[in-house]
Amino acid sequence: MARPVAYNLIKKPLEPDISIAEMPEGSMGEGFFATTLDKVVGLARKNSIWPLPFATSCCGIEFMATMGSHYDLARFGSERVGFSPRQCDLLMVMGTIAKKMGPVVKQVYLQMAEPRWVMAVGACACSGGIFDTYSVLQGIDQVVPVDVYVPGCPPRPEAIIDGILLVQELVGKESVRRRNSEQYKALLESYGIQ
Amino acid sequence: MPEHHIKLPEGSIEKTTTTLNLGPTHPATHGVFQNILELDGERIVSAEQTIGYIHRAFEKIAERRPLYQITPLTDRLNYCSSPINNMGWHTTCEKLLKISTPKRVDYLRVIIMELARIADHLICNSIVGVDTGAYTGFLYLMQYRELIYEIWEEVCGSRLTTNIGRIGGFERNFNDIAFQKLEKFLEEYPQALREFENLFQRNRIFMERLQGTGTISAERALNYGFTGPNLRAAGVDYDVRVHSPYCSYEDFEFIIPVGTTGDNYDRWMVREQEMWQSLSIIKQAYRKVQDFKGAEADVYHADVPEYYLPPKEDVYTKMEALIWHFKIIMGEINMPVGEVYHSVEGGNGELGFYLISDGGRTPYRLHFRRPCFIYYQAFEELVKGSMLSDAIITLSSLNLIAGEMDS
Amino acid sequence: MALTNDYIKQRLIEKFGDQVGNFSEPYGMLTFEVPKDLNLKVLNFLYDDEELKFRFLTTLAGVHYPHSKGRELAVVYHLHNLVDNVRIRLKIFTDVNQPDVYTATGLFSAANWLERETYDFYGINFVGHPNLKRILNVDEMDYFPMRKEYPLEDQTRIDKDDEMFGRGGMLGFGTERTDHGQSTLAEADKPGTEGREIV
Repeated sequence: MARPVAYNLIKKPLEPDISIAEMPEGSMGEGFFATTLDKVVGLARKNSIWPLPFATSCCGIEFMATMGSHYDLARFGSERVGFSPRQCDLLMVMGTIAKKMGPVVKQVYLQMAEPRWVMAVGACACSGGIFDTYSVLQGIDQVVPVDVYVPGCPPRPEAIIDGILLVQELVGKESVRRRNSEQYKALLESYGIQ
Repeated sequence: MPEHHIKLPEGSIEKTTTTLNLGPTHPATHGVFQNILELDGERIVSAEQTIGYIHRAFEKIAERRPLYQITPLTDRLNYCSSPINNMGWHTTCEKLLKISTPKRVDYLRVIIMELARIADHLICNSIVGVDTGAYTGFLYLMQYRELIYEIWEEVCGSRLTTNIGRIGGFERNFNDIAFQKLEKFLEEYPQALREFENLFQRNRIFMERLQGTGTISAERALNYGFTGPNLRAAGVDYDVRVHSPYCSYEDFEFIIPVGTTGDNYDRWMVREQEMWQSLSIIKQAYRKVQDFKGAEADVYHADVPEYYLPPKEDVYTKMEALIWHFKIIMGEINMPVGEVYHSVEGGNGELGFYLISDGGRTPYRLHFRRPCFIYYQAFEELVKGSMLSDAIITLSSLNLIAGEMDS
Repeated sequence: MALTNDYIKQRLIEKFGDQVGNFSEPYGMLTFEVPKDLNLKVLNFLYDDEELKFRFLTTLAGVHYPHSKGRELAVVYHLHNLVDNVRIRLKIFTDVNQPDVYTATGLFSAANWLERETYDFYGINFVGHPNLKRILNVDEMDYFPMRKEYPLEDQTRIDKDDEMFGRGGMLGFGTERTDHGQSTLAEADKPGTEGREIV
């Protein structure tokens, strides 16, 4: 039983509400608002993530569809996709990473400045996907620490947006001290990153 | 010897050219491949290519997979137009197994393949626009790729890597909603394409950037094994759909657009015109499909029960159908011994499948003739002596898809 | 005069005698075998001749036959005559211990990377190639992966039990047929199967 698609056949009216980010907890007064630094920084960071699309194969085309106007990633704050790791927050690895490409991913990750997050989009980036061969890296978490995994082959744009929302949650709740903590340093050590 | 203000350390070599590493991750390379360019100021002296950054060993995997399990692999070759790869593989299997498909199946396949060709050329042309600095064309045209995705979704369930069709036909008949979506696409797309053309085709900046850059003559192109729009832009009218017709392409009337100089502008124009030709082919095919009435309108696959998966209602209820479904997928079918080469006109040129079968469950050897791999060799010849910005445009107008290049 | 397979075969036998052999026409494409020393001569003949005009190299592939001793590695050329629309297939066989084949790069520039790919996968040494090094695999790889004796999967993984996944071990790699002619279906229910060849 096929479902009718709203965009194509049935015209729906424009929704009147616009969603606004929630105010964090804190005490308000006349002309001031006191809260913890974590929450404000998290709120600012999570709504303006600049992704670095590391698109290698088919998932890259789904990313292009996500950036397009139908699924519009820009409304989540990712208006500006940058290709320079020095300026980006989120490394989105989309597509198969071969063993030849592994050092390149690691190099790009190292060039990013803290705080940085990594999203593995697609089955190949998560775990090697359908390519269980001698030349494919079985998941990018062999070379870089990954924060969010988006499965699918390729994942629908809705799934990629869902991944971005999860990253936003992580970014919003992250403590400002996390990047200097012992646990984080140990995590990077296990990947051979100083 | 001019005076230098910088003292070079002892034993160092003074070069007169700069080495610039373009890739493998670079916004201009649409895929992962590397070019090491030697530049003299801004002129390119030489270029060395490194590929293999996304080598997934398709040919080795194919030696371990029965025929139906290879279809998802072929999807991921030229992933911008995966139905063409799927149909190419299915037609190769049909050639090996000596199956002939009914006309209605052929016409439906033509519709799907031409939609894929439009999707591929759409991305290529709008990305050439992005590389010259014009992002709007890309955003406007990606919307129509969504419409094409919805048609494919209605038939096979998937948007991008479609795994569409079976050996002998399709998995289900095209329902009314798919045809409605097709009609909507045929109504809306010509106008969008015309607007896109108005932005670029006679735009002075675009023309000056693209004309005269990345030229190749017809003789060199043939020697390099070019096929597809890149070869047609150089002046040779070789199109697999016309020379070795498959899927009843001989029943359709269309023109092969051909360029003159083989430069970037000709490649862009050839792809534009091919999109118009594809629209005309889809309209003809749609009319032919609508001419089938009554019982003929229900035909969507050839009558080959030993190679075509049984219908799902039977698989879930009857034991024999379940066993046959399992056996066909796992490859316990009659595979003749022999070798066959079949090619289709992909988005980039002649996509060929060389299949050697030894009667076992899986092919003994499967070789993909990948057009991108073959014509990327010519890149150095295309850009030698031109400027760096021309090299970027040439790279994107060749329509290099890394998945196809590295197999 | 129409360029038929018989005419091409006749011309080849006239020129090269019984050095070219093993003519067959699987699915309509003339296929023949050439000794490996003559591959350039035959390719040049097919290119230069005014009636044959095979001036387009469609593709070049390697094949490994581990069971035919002395002829393990094969290189298969597909040529295309664009004017008359005829395709042919040339095969040369070489020993795995000394896989030297003359390169076709001088004649077809397309052969450059195709031969590098064949070298990368099978280890066939193309004599006279301008830049014979690995193209698709990592440069440090020390074996030729497409040869039949090497496995598909990465052998350094410790988290996968291959035999449970039906790979290797007792069940082989899944390339041979397992039912060997016995079937669980009654004859009346089997949709039209005659004389299946068992390999």
